[in-house]
Amino acid sequence: MSLLLQFLFSGLTTGSVYALVGIGFNIVYNSTSILNLAQGEFVVIGGLMMWFFLEGMNLPFATSVALTLTVAATVALLMERLTIKPLLKKGDLLLMIMVTIAVSILIRGLLMFKFGKDPYTYPPFTEGEPLVIYGAVITQQTLWVIGITALSIVILYLFFNKTMLGRAMKACSLDIKAARLMGINVSNMVMLSFIISGLIGAIGGIAITPISLMEYDKGAMLSVKGFCAAIMGGLGRGRGAVVGGFTLGILESFTAGYIHSGFKDAVALLIMLFILFFRPAGIFGKTETLRLRKF
Amino acid sequence: MKFFGKLLLIILAFIILWTSPSYCKEPYKIGAIFSVTGAASFLGEPEKNTVLMLVEQINKAGGINGHPLEVIIEDSKSDETQAVLAAKKLIEKDKVLAIIGPSTTGESMAVIPITTSAQTPLISVAAGASITQPVKERYWVFKTAQYDTSAVEAIYTYMKKTGIKKVGIITITTSFGDAGRKALLELAPKFGISVVADERYGPKDTDMTTQLVKIKSAGAQAVINWSVGPGQVIVTKNWHALKMGIPLFQSHGWGSKKNIELAGKAAEGVIAPLGRLVIWDKLPDKHPQKALLKKYVTDYEARYKSEPGTFGGHAYDALMIVVDALKNAGPDKKKIRDYIENKIKNWPGTGGIFNMSPNDHCGLDMTAFEMVIVKNGDWEILK
Repeated sequence: MSLLLQFLFSGLTTGSVYALVGIGFNIVYNSTSILNLAQGEFVVIGGLMMWFFLEGMNLPFATSVALTLTVAATVALLMERLTIKPLLKKGDLLLMIMVTIAVSILIRGLLMFKFGKDPYTYPPFTEGEPLVIYGAVITQQTLWVIGITALSIVILYLFFNKTMLGRAMKACSLDIKAARLMGINVSNMVMLSFIISGLIGAIGGIAITPISLMEYDKGAMLSVKGFCAAIMGGLGRGRGAVVGGFTLGILESFTAGYIHSGFKDAVALLIMLFILFFRPAGIFGKTETLRLRKF
Repeated sequence: MKFFGKLLLIILAFIILWTSPSYCKEPYKIGAIFSVTGAASFLGEPEKNTVLMLVEQINKAGGINGHPLEVIIEDSKSDETQAVLAAKKLIEKDKVLAIIGPSTTGESMAVIPITTSAQTPLISVAAGASITQPVKERYWVFKTAQYDTSAVEAIYTYMKKTGIKKVGIITITTSFGDAGRKALLELAPKFGISVVADERYGPKDTDMTTQLVKIKSAGAQAVINWSVGPGQVIVTKNWHALKMGIPLFQSHGWGSKKNIELAGKAAEGVIAPLGRLVIWDKLPDKHPQKALLKKYVTDYEARYKSEPGTFGGHAYDALMIVVDALKNAGPDKKKIRDYIENKIKNWPGTGGIFNMSPNDHCGLDMTAFEMVIVKNGDWEILK
């Protein structure tokens, strides 16, 4: 029982970051139909910039978080305005996806230039002994990570369903032409989607760094896993990425626990392939929308 | 006045030429191949820095028997093909007397056939056992990095002494982890130790709790982690959070103060076999390695504002062995080789006390390591 719980906690920790990256993929996908493969880089920006403000410049915690999020939002804004907007009119999706890969390499290079190749970390949000639940150990930072993920999901849900701005963005995701006819500024909505997805990545990075450390090249792996989470849940479905992310994390942890840690990635991805084999649109995706997809 | 000024300059120039020894005799040329850029740049960077610093120091002190030392450093870009090209260039174009490097085992293996057929001594700074074994086929090849197996032997010897019989191992899925895992599994029976759990993780994994819990539930009396990079810190943090109640051993890759900083309180009590380079200030004054380690580490830190690490030390040993051979045997490839094989005995370097012989072209064993525990955020040598 305590073993099972321990594996579950471990899976939830890794799964929550996958989920946040997956949500980021979905938000951008909904507004532009492209995959932003630089999504994982924003997690790294979050972790490393937080270290820079908190430990490097000795700023208070809240100020550091605010500054880190500002940096992440600025990078996302620049990325959209400089690379995506000029290409959006041409409508070549493949080209835009390639550009996001180029941006991810650029960000990685800049981060290496600034921070070097060493890993960085800072103290957990709250100091204190880990909790013991039915014999399984869970650190306080893990609770923070899971809590922050849950809170982000709730806020995003409220934003997309209860506010005018959120609904306007949702309208763009359903039909860009119709949205434009209704007087929605589509270009601004696309920019906003990049900023929100960048912020979510950075929040994940800030929360996970005390547990997992952060180094300049962690983003590529996170992009891949987050993408898997988004696909598994159904690309474009908000709750899909959440379920997909946690499923992937827990699958990895259970494979490592009950089969062997060497097969962890292989088995998790194999199960993902199986899910897509029977449900090509993902767990929550509809087959009709799959046919309408440009990708 | 103008004329006098010119005359004075000419005289001055003559005096400088006359007194500076570097213009008297022909320089001794040595080649070096390091992974200065690319994936293994964390090895190549300190190695290159070390060689640049030493060459400057040697030439300032008058060179080798009056001959200035010239080291031609080639960047292999962490790539086997580039390393081979660099070796060919050094041998054919620069006509070097010996080559030090390459930085990684893979590159060293790629270069060995070329240096061997050109009958040029190669002193690798990589760790793989296959670089100098079988020793019959490695007539011209030496290495200065300790064997991975020696670090494993040091750990197992300590465990035998303290009565640990069942261990769980957790290794990273890179060549470093693979080599360590192989050595850990192969050597265990010799020491009467059984490996009850054999777990792995990827270089970018964020949580190893699952693997550690499995090790614990398999009844292990100690955990051995074999990795470099962030993985060893994450394992340490997870081990601490789980309060496993069994000691954690790390590989010789643990030897950087940065790891203690990153792991914080969690690092307390972690045990690892470390080369004396990182703990030189804890050595007794009469230890033969202490003086040279102190000079090397303080010089390096003053010049480059970073730790040289064990890797820079391997380059130090390789270069100084060649310099010693040049000094005593002269600029002849065969004589250099023979000198290194037969005369490098009780030779203190940064990696340990070298004892080369026709049967051992590395010259280091498990005595190159001290068992070190982390206490109050610092290293402490275990007796």
